[in-house]
Amino acid sequence: MLDFITRRLAAALVTLALATVVVFAIVEVLPGDPALVMLGTDARPDTLAAMRAQYGFDQPLMIRYLHWIGGLLSLDLGSSHAYGTSVAKLIGDRLAVTLPLGALALVWAMLAAVPLGVFAAWKHGTVGDWGVMGFTQIGISIPNFWFGILLVLAFAVTWQIFPAGGFPGWRQDPLGSVDALILPGLALSLGEIAILTRVTRSAMLDTLREDYVRTARAKGAPESRVLFRHALRNALIPVTTVAGLIAGFLIAGAVIIESVFRLPGIGQLVYDSINNRDLIVIKNVVILFTILVLLVNLLVDLAYVLLDPRPRIAA
Amino acid sequence: MSISRRHLMGAAGAFAVFPAFGPEAWAQAKDKVVIGISLEPPVLDPNKNAAAAIREITYQNIFESLARIDRTGAIIPGLAESWTISPDGLVYTFKLRSGVKFHDGEALDASVVKFAIDRLFAADSTVPAKSLYTDISTVEAVDPGTVKITLKSPNSYLLYNIALCDAAIQHPKSAATNDKHPVGTGAFMFKERKEGDSITLVKASTFRDAASIKLNTAIFKVVKDPSAQVSALLAGDVDTFPGFQAPELVERLKKDSRFAVVVGTTEGEVILATNNGKKPFDNLKVRQAMAHAINRSELIDAESGYGTPIGSHFAPHNKAYIDLTKTYPFDIAKGKALLAEAGHPNGFEAVLKLPPVGYAQRAGEVIVSQLGKIGIKVSIVQLQWPQWLSEVFKERNYDLSIVAHTEANDIDRYARDGYYWNYNSAEFKAKWREVLAATDFAKRDELLKDCQRIIARDAVNGYLYQLAKIGVWRKELQGMWENSPTPATDLTGVSWK
Repeated sequence: MLDFITRRLAAALVTLALATVVVFAIVEVLPGDPALVMLGTDARPDTLAAMRAQYGFDQPLMIRYLHWIGGLLSLDLGSSHAYGTSVAKLIGDRLAVTLPLGALALVWAMLAAVPLGVFAAWKHGTVGDWGVMGFTQIGISIPNFWFGILLVLAFAVTWQIFPAGGFPGWRQDPLGSVDALILPGLALSLGEIAILTRVTRSAMLDTLREDYVRTARAKGAPESRVLFRHALRNALIPVTTVAGLIAGFLIAGAVIIESVFRLPGIGQLVYDSINNRDLIVIKNVVILFTILVLLVNLLVDLAYVLLDPRPRIAA
Repeated sequence: MSISRRHLMGAAGAFAVFPAFGPEAWAQAKDKVVIGISLEPPVLDPNKNAAAAIREITYQNIFESLARIDRTGAIIPGLAESWTISPDGLVYTFKLRSGVKFHDGEALDASVVKFAIDRLFAADSTVPAKSLYTDISTVEAVDPGTVKITLKSPNSYLLYNIALCDAAIQHPKSAATNDKHPVGTGAFMFKERKEGDSITLVKASTFRDAASIKLNTAIFKVVKDPSAQVSALLAGDVDTFPGFQAPELVERLKKDSRFAVVVGTTEGEVILATNNGKKPFDNLKVRQAMAHAINRSELIDAESGYGTPIGSHFAPHNKAYIDLTKTYPFDIAKGKALLAEAGHPNGFEAVLKLPPVGYAQRAGEVIVSQLGKIGIKVSIVQLQWPQWLSEVFKERNYDLSIVAHTEANDIDRYARDGYYWNYNSAEFKAKWREVLAATDFAKRDELLKDCQRIIARDAVNGYLYQLAKIGVWRKELQGMWENSPTPATDLTGVSWK
């Protein structure tokens, strides 16, 4: 078990080291001069040069890379040249919006998709199954930003149950903040519900055909026990894998959902930083995402171990 | 399915009881206004970054300059209550207002003004608008209430430049931290900022005329997505968008009796920027042919009808404006003939590089079709803003582009060497020197008309239309600027009915 975790951790660290090189290379070759973005079209060449020197944009690539990595290792993320504030604070503030949003969407997706998938598999080939499959088809087809706009029109503009957007802040208004995440979480989860429902359904169909399910039924176990105890537990392995993958997509999808709902989340930060050529922010956010995805994958690996003893034995 | 629905209903029920911060907020507090902005300012110091959004929040509210641009575009006294200009146009003497205090309690005097103006043109200055102030030779604090600015050569726009937010008077004690926590002399002081979300200002007790200020709190809320802007207004989360960016969505708001939709003017000339240094655009006949192919009313239709046709690089509401839209009237046959004369009877191919802004996107497709009618096959390349700045503006690596030049009085760009249009006219440069040297403003207006004629005749760029300012606000909100003579959201005269 310990050996398994160590190996996974080592692989994650190597991936991370490679990711820093790739991220740095991509961000540094982005066309556009950050000094020109800051100083605008009236800037004189001498002011631009002074600005570049001030922020170290004129240093050789290798020096800038080492400087950045040095900062990361000493947990100093530097300061944003667009906002003038510390990158750590910027990212922290934004994660406080995006992580709960992503988590909410994921929880929603799991809560909706697993029962739906189980139901569809159980009612395989009937109207109930077709209904669920029809719903997933729609869920996959609808772009989540459009669904978001519909939700705003219905629940914020017409019925005024939820705010149309914005985020009051956890400290200022914790309940209002939860309120502000309900609709975006829903909009973000729709596609994922559809995907997870399908995955759950097909995984359930597979396990329901297994011998042990037949045995369970033969020995007279009640249907609920067969479904949830015998079939579902095994079906959850592929579902968990896909849910882990989806966590990454949720953060990507958050960029556009945050824009529709005016949430100051990490997606918006990346978007703005790319437009401002706020290189240090882009690099650190992307690396942070990489770490997050690596962590999620690590957790998924651990979840396998809990759900399925085979990796444990192999280790 | 039933499980998911029950879950959702439960959540909706549970949260419905919590007070949402939306619909009623504006009704309760009549001394608070929530202003929607589509672009988030990076820092909050106009001396550190060129973004118009900084000026839209800070000008007159937080920062003041010696002179002030009012809602009509006129220059009126600001921190200086009066000034005199020497007959040769070289010496400006400003008499400062007394009793002016910064938000941190520091007093304004001539030494502070000297500090603030000196750093605009200092050799090591990184102020974005430095080029506007390099004609200044010295700034002297004659006595605590008098400042004398001496120029190297006359500049009839100096007063205008001094009135800009770029020349905001900042105090030496707070100048270094004004990017994050701006401290000025204005009626409102900075309270807090939530990056990516909002900037809150509150009435400044230090303001010399605090009794005249009706608002206690002003929150600038960043809402980038146009449909989110509409829903923010409809849901009551935002009281006003002084510069609403999506003309195609305005109809929806016009139908709502809660809002006033006010169409005013801006200083933004939308042009088909043309690389005069590149073949075949270096040929006057080619540029004239293109000018004949442009149908301005079609372009303005693409803006849902908001916009005023222009025939030169000059704002129609300006006193010195002349209508030159008929210089090369819309005439496809004439355009084709001119192209043939220029040696392109079958037209040619060109690339239109577009920045990611709504008007450019809308006009881009129309221009492709219009130029196509005289045989110029235009393909569109989309650029991010930083790319546009580097590729089109700095490196001048482009054929055509569409962009709004939003600075006031920016016809001077045609006199600049190495500007991205690659236009080089000794005649225009000489004329512009006369404009700068003119101390008599009536004479200056005549010279400005000549300037317009020269660039219209040379068809330097395609002159399309003047951007409109679409302001949307609650009907009870009064005192908002209907025009945009300079980037500003001056709240000093704003109140609730």
